[in-house]
Amino acid sequence: MTESKPNETATDQTIMGLPVQKTPSGQKVVFSDVSNYHKLVEHLFNDGFNFASDLCAVDYLTNINRKLPDAISPERFEVVLNLLSHGRKERIRVRAMIPESNPTIPTIVDVYPGVENMEREAFDMLGIIFKGHPDLTRILLPEGWEGHPLRKDYSTGRVPVQFKETLGPR
Amino acid sequence: MTTDRETAQPEIGNSAVLRLPESSGLDADDLGEIEFGSGEKMIVNMGPQHPSTHGVLRVMMELEGETVLRCKPIIGYLHTGMEKTAEELTYAQGATNVTRMDYLSPLANELVFSLAVEDLLAVEMPPRATWIRMLMCELNRMSSHLMWLATNGMDLGATTMMIFGFRERELILSFFEKTTGLRMNHNYIRPGGVAADLPDGWEEDVESIYKTVLFRLDEYDEFFTGQPIFRERVEGVGTLSAETAIELSITGPLLRASGVPWDLRKTMPYLAYDEVDFDVIVGTVGDNFDRYAVRLNEIRESANIVRQILDKMPKGDYRAQDSKVTPPPRARIDQSMEALIHHFKLFTEGILVPEGETYVAVESPRGELGCYLASDGTGRPLRMHVRAPSFVNLQALPPLLRGSLVADAVASISSVDPVMGEVDR
Repeated sequence: MTESKPNETATDQTIMGLPVQKTPSGQKVVFSDVSNYHKLVEHLFNDGFNFASDLCAVDYLTNINRKLPDAISPERFEVVLNLLSHGRKERIRVRAMIPESNPTIPTIVDVYPGVENMEREAFDMLGIIFKGHPDLTRILLPEGWEGHPLRKDYSTGRVPVQFKETLGPR
Repeated sequence: MTTDRETAQPEIGNSAVLRLPESSGLDADDLGEIEFGSGEKMIVNMGPQHPSTHGVLRVMMELEGETVLRCKPIIGYLHTGMEKTAEELTYAQGATNVTRMDYLSPLANELVFSLAVEDLLAVEMPPRATWIRMLMCELNRMSSHLMWLATNGMDLGATTMMIFGFRERELILSFFEKTTGLRMNHNYIRPGGVAADLPDGWEEDVESIYKTVLFRLDEYDEFFTGQPIFRERVEGVGTLSAETAIELSITGPLLRASGVPWDLRKTMPYLAYDEVDFDVIVGTVGDNFDRYAVRLNEIRESANIVRQILDKMPKGDYRAQDSKVTPPPRARIDQSMEALIHHFKLFTEGILVPEGETYVAVESPRGELGCYLASDGTGRPLRMHVRAPSFVNLQALPPLLRGSLVADAVASISSVDPVMGEVDR
């Protein structure tokens, strides 16, 4: 787990002082923490990444000691944002570390309005709270659902399907 | 109704995305006070069982008369936790899971998952596997768009088109059945190649498919494109500007209909799309007619690609000869103990994927279909996330429906082409 691959380049450059790495297949990844996340995303938007492809969250509970640049301390959750530049035909990925004790991160709906549904999904599935999101409610699961299913400590097959009684039109 | 629309406009405000929080919904006690006169607003649920919402999509609409003031799509009725399921399946089993997401273009889903796994494994694909994948995906794009033409026709009241679309789609599905054994949910494109080689005589089958479809497309052109009633229904309805589309992360035919020439097959080629010649179809104003025209002509371009694949299909293996990914041939299992062990390990432990993470995107018939895969070095993914184009494209509904009539709303929802299996996953 700790051995490094020969073709994985070390931190070769930085964006706003944050480490940048390339995956073996050449995808560019910027690592961030919660405090720099929003500034970094704004910077990338102004840098020509005009399109937010994808946003999702990952729970690294079972693999907390994953390979990360030295400047970044591993946390349980990550929000992964994939940006795209239509002009340069280039992708970049932002991996933001989020601590388990306070899974909160600023929303980027103000920069990329298209991530609204994706942030709601990340909240629904992993319980990441996006501060400042205009409508942070459950999107795929029913409103009264307890827990966040994509967390690693949420077991499958044990929880009976919960349906609350109909309350009339909402 | 034009007067209604004009009066409705100022109340909507200038916000690009209109939201309707659940709390501001209708209270049961208010029901008695509603008067169905002019100037009264009404909140109506369309769906989740409405036939024209293409599955279990529920759209909450605020109406004044017949004009939609604002709306909010409510999803999740088909959610089955497929991303959680993926974490418990091996990489070899994963393709059977993702193929059930977008059930109208299952091969694109299998492709993006396989490409993501292969990206982490760093396995080289033999050329024939790549070209077979391309052939199947283009045929799938044709069948998916034909299905859209059929259902869109039905939503607009053209029942004939529904029968026609299904008829031509059947040709393609029969070929899929011959090749993969199944009409849908094929599990044909797998990490490491494809499940089987193309059947004998596939050239004649494919040739007859693209010739028939091209011939019938000219019929649809006569049937729809020049027809005044159809144009009246779709022209200028549900306009989406290019700026709004990019802001809302819209992809696929919706984005291209708004005039943005962005097609991953052309702009960021994968498979062997840089070796075939095709055009990216682009609209101008982004109304329902443009979306119809983009999809109709994309079938033509796909047929064009399929014709070129027919000439260029290379010979050779249809799966990677990498013993870490591909099980040994059946005959060797009887003779070699190592082969048997290898086979056993591959199917119990699964393919061992090195630790890492990747994001791979392909152009599905509905837009950018992405797969984010994080591996911890075991035989099962740590996290498998699918960026479903329909899920994101549904965000276009509020600006599309704003200020339109309920009858047009049906056509606009259809023009987004959401597949609920993919939206809810």
